[in-house]
Amino acid sequence: MGLKRDVSLSTGLRYRGPAGYLTFILHRIGGLGMGIFITLHILASFVGGRFGGAINGIYENWAFQIFIFFCVMFHAINGLRITILDLFPKLLDYQTEAIWIEWAVFIPLYGISVFVILQTALGG
Amino acid sequence: MTKKSRTLSIKGRGLTNFESIMWLFTRLSALAMYALILFGLIGALVMGARNNMNFADVMRWAFMPNVTHVQSTDLESTDAWVTPFWKLIASALLLVATAHGVHGLVVIADDYIASEGGRKFVRLLSIIMMASMSFMGLWIIWTS
Ligand code: HEM
Repeated sequence: MGLKRDVSLSTGLRYRGPAGYLTFILHRIGGLGMGIFITLHILASFVGGRFGGAINGIYENWAFQIFIFFCVMFHAINGLRITILDLFPKLLDYQTEAIWIEWAVFIPLYGISVFVILQTALGG
Repeated sequence: MTKKSRTLSIKGRGLTNFESIMWLFTRLSALAMYALILFGLIGALVMGARNNMNFADVMRWAFMPNVTHVQSTDLESTDAWVTPFWKLIASALLLVATAHGVHGLVVIADDYIASEGGRKFVRLLSIIMMASMSFMGLWIIWTS
């Protein structure tokens, strides 16, 4: 177990890495967002009743869908980039290029998704 | 060093302890989730999602092929969507995602919690979370 790494909480929060920091922090926010959402969603569905219904009602809201879709799509697409580069370490030399490709995939896909979600929610 | 450590091959790194095996598990589980989600997506399209569902419904099914996720759609019958086959796919996705997600939360916590006692406590919590989420998820999948 990695129990001996020595960083304090404040140092950890202040850390700003070099290139790739944006994708790193968005990946973390996405993973955390999904983790919290899925935990609450399973709990709510398990207990059911009025409490469960109230929690699960939040998830039908289009604003929430736009947020969680950002978490899911960014985490999945960035995760695929990490996976491919890590499993074929020679490609790590092209990390910057890979991140550009990643944005070129993510922005249109997420843009279309937001558009469709809004169209369904507001256009009826 | 002739070879940059960053680009060292997977074999050359020596995956010896639990944390580094989980490093590999995180990546392999990512690929497994991709496969399962694409499978759910294709399955939904084959079962006729194009005529009876909107985009959000299809995605909800793909990310967790449980019948409750398509109950508020225009489907005439959900018989084909509630088979043991889909329950098995849903269970596989649930277990892989729970292991990946809970371990990910431990990785995040480790970046901010430095004391040995704190890290041990995080690990205890993670085991409780892993077991209870898997149990509740399986319960929901197989009783709905
Ligand atoms: C197709 C789906 C997914 C893919 C491709 C994916 C990919 C990845 C990868 C490659 C990492 C390692 C990042 C690193 O070590 O730098 C990671 C971390 C993580 N994942 Fe996922 N993941 C997926 C789904 C999920 C789900 C459903 C959850 C939540 C339940 C989740 C939660 C996390 C968390 C919390 C981390 C740790 C983040 C960090 O260290 O900052 N992931 N994911």
